[in-house]
Amino acid sequence: MSAFLRSTAAIIWKDIKTEWRTRENLSAMLVFSLLVILIFNFALELDLRARESLAGGVLWAAFIFAGTIGLNRSMAVEKDRGCLDGLLLAPVDRSAIFVGKAVGNLLFMLVVEAIVLPVFSFLYGISVFQPGFLAVVLLGSIGYSAVGTLLAAMVVQTRTRDILLPILLFPLTLPVVISAVKASQGFIQALPLGDVSVWVNILIAYDLIFLAVAIMVFDYILEE
Amino acid sequence: MLDKPRLLTAMDILSAVMILIAAGLVFFYAPVEQLMGQVQKVFYFHVATAWVGMLGFMAAGVAGVQYLRTEDEKWDIAGLGAVEISLVFFMVAIIMGSIWARPIWNTWWTWDPRLTTAAIVELIYAAYLLLRSGLDDPGKRARFSAIYAIFGFFSVPLTFISIRLLRTIHPVVIGSAEAASQGGFNMDDPMKTAFFFSLAAFSVLFADLLWHRIRLGKLQSAVNTLRIQSYEKES
Repeated sequence: MSAFLRSTAAIIWKDIKTEWRTRENLSAMLVFSLLVILIFNFALELDLRARESLAGGVLWAAFIFAGTIGLNRSMAVEKDRGCLDGLLLAPVDRSAIFVGKAVGNLLFMLVVEAIVLPVFSFLYGISVFQPGFLAVVLLGSIGYSAVGTLLAAMVVQTRTRDILLPILLFPLTLPVVISAVKASQGFIQALPLGDVSVWVNILIAYDLIFLAVAIMVFDYILEE
Repeated sequence: MLDKPRLLTAMDILSAVMILIAAGLVFFYAPVEQLMGQVQKVFYFHVATAWVGMLGFMAAGVAGVQYLRTEDEKWDIAGLGAVEISLVFFMVAIIMGSIWARPIWNTWWTWDPRLTTAAIVELIYAAYLLLRSGLDDPGKRARFSAIYAIFGFFSVPLTFISIRLLRTIHPVVIGSAEAASQGGFNMDDPMKTAFFFSLAAFSVLFADLLWHRIRLGKLQSAVNTLRIQSYEKES
């Protein structure tokens, strides 16, 4: 195993371990996303027909709002008590730190989604357990946590760190939101694959472009 | 450095004259469009301001890349200047578009790709300025805003494409045959002259303003350096 992969894995493992001790972050994300679903249920009056056409949007709103909580937190704990400086002193590639943190955030998002999806499907009687739908959830979460991790690393170094992340993140991740909602909707309504695949392609393109750009520029964020 | 470059003064005059000529062409030379009437005149400046907005947005992305490569402060000032100018011009373009859309589409606003993308660009610019105001260290501020501008540069076309795949009613005026039903029209030669002249006029205006802004930023940082030096002398 190469040094890069080993240090990435070490950072992921560190995040999982610290999270498992308190489970603060995961439970906050989970409860928050369930609350979002609940609020939408009343705000939009999701009757039987509305559910079909709005389910994807509601679901992604829940994931994205919950995702911001997790992203903010994951970098804030690093900044507290100089953990980040310790990480920077470690003789590892800077991009390994980014990939490690991003994969960690992705994992937490996926855990939350793995719990929310069955609940959602139970509450609204919508079958979400199709390979295509799950792939869309994965692709959307990859793009979101890649950009989110990078921006969170910038935001923790600002004076307005508690409020800035969503303001920076939401306009940039709009392509993810649009195409993930459209693709999820397509799978829920069982549209022909040709109609859905264009959205999946945009998701893949977004993930690739932004992963590449994020890895390239991450060095500049941690420079002192 | 303190003296205003002659070329800049010349450009001030040139852009003022060009804007005046453009206005003259639009109002007195270009014919009134048959179906839409006078409100169609908005189009010449609407496209020109939107064009400047887009130009500034791309300039900010390029300046961001250049800053990360060279760490030269002038690229930071250029990026900020481009964003500030485009923020204003895009807002003007959106407002003019609304003025046109009200009688033609019978609504101030639709969630069309171009309109939505323009709104998103405004929000990204606003976020860019908020990010800058939250950072005190100049080096960090320059690096982070450069990165954010680069991210915006890649994200906006994808936003545009994704919304484009939904339905659009914004007219594609140039090079489109089926646009007439959506408020598109064919331009005759005087119209084209007025149109391309206002595009050129606004581009020159943009370059002029950006130059002023870069000069202002440089003067600002020169003043800061002087201030620090005088503090050091006092203490």
